[in-house]
Amino acid sequence: MKKIKDKKGKEFSLQVIPFAEVEELTISERVKKILDLILANKIVILHGRLRAEEEARLIEDTMALVDHVEQFKGIELAVIEPDMREKGFIDRMKYGLAKSLVGDSSSLTIIGPASVIKDIKKDPKKIELFFS
Amino acid sequence: MFDILKKFLGKIFGRKNNIKLGFYGPPNAGKTSLANRICKDWTGEEIGLVSKIPHETRTVQFKEKVEIKHKGKEMTFKMVDTPGIATKIDYEDFLKFGLKKKIAKKRAKEATQGIIESIRWLDDMDAVVVVLDATENPYSQVNLTIIGNLIARKIPILVVANKIDLKKANIEQFSSTFPEYDIVGISAKEGTNMEEFYDAIFKLAKKV
Repeated sequence: MKKIKDKKGKEFSLQVIPFAEVEELTISERVKKILDLILANKIVILHGRLRAEEEARLIEDTMALVDHVEQFKGIELAVIEPDMREKGFIDRMKYGLAKSLVGDSSSLTIIGPASVIKDIKKDPKKIELFFS
Repeated sequence: MFDILKKFLGKIFGRKNNIKLGFYGPPNAGKTSLANRICKDWTGEEIGLVSKIPHETRTVQFKEKVEIKHKGKEMTFKMVDTPGIATKIDYEDFLKFGLKKKIAKKRAKEATQGIIESIRWLDDMDAVVVVLDATENPYSQVNLTIIGNLIARKIPILVVANKIDLKKANIEQFSSTFPEYDIVGISAKEGTNMEEFYDAIFKLAKKV
């Protein structure tokens, strides 16, 4: 895997996780898998989207780690959804509600260490990572 | 005796008294400022301290039995002001506000605990006011995560865009980001649009 350096010269790499690889995992296992990769300075690209409760659990566990792991400041998290701009209001509302309740394999979730990624700006057709 | 009768009638008509009303949102959106304004209006006392430095609220704060009277109606709430939810905490961010390193590190540690506490309290809320900063882009993952969790728990939500007194405030982008919700634009600091806010709170309480 190609290594990329941020402005401070810190190396990190991208790690793609197919949906099938996390589909059968429990919430704890999924979150642990993601955070283990983040601590290893990877930017995780997850095929699919975490459920709302999983996102909350990810934040909880991230905060526990910030408290215990030196130099770990937290994460940057973004979900890239399929382009819904062509859809009507009702479709968008139904889609938004459904995806937050059951997760969604058509989205992409990008999670990276906050010490590497300053910000993730989202657009339905592109993402931009701003490095620290 | 009157209280017992009130509770009994409340049960008959399906109306809950002492509704647990949570204030959730990202740091520095004005959750405590809004909770303070409400508590001051109806109890004469504030709920917590406010500051320009993020993560001023680092533990969940309560105000019991806040009786709000509005347009001939009356309802009692338990106010629950929560620490702002974030995905990252860096003590160095607090140094920019002039805090000493030791104090900044302590604040960061307490802030991480506060975020965990906020998330754990989600299940206990009857209704939630999601307080967002009208000068910031509302389409942030933290905002979506908070709202997504409330939807998943079937907790009624009111979305408030605070700080409309500031020039940078852009309430239109809130309506387009959350088209399924009525957005109430307020200034907790100036007390702007509180009538509309109380209308919305009574409407929200009916959904409990």
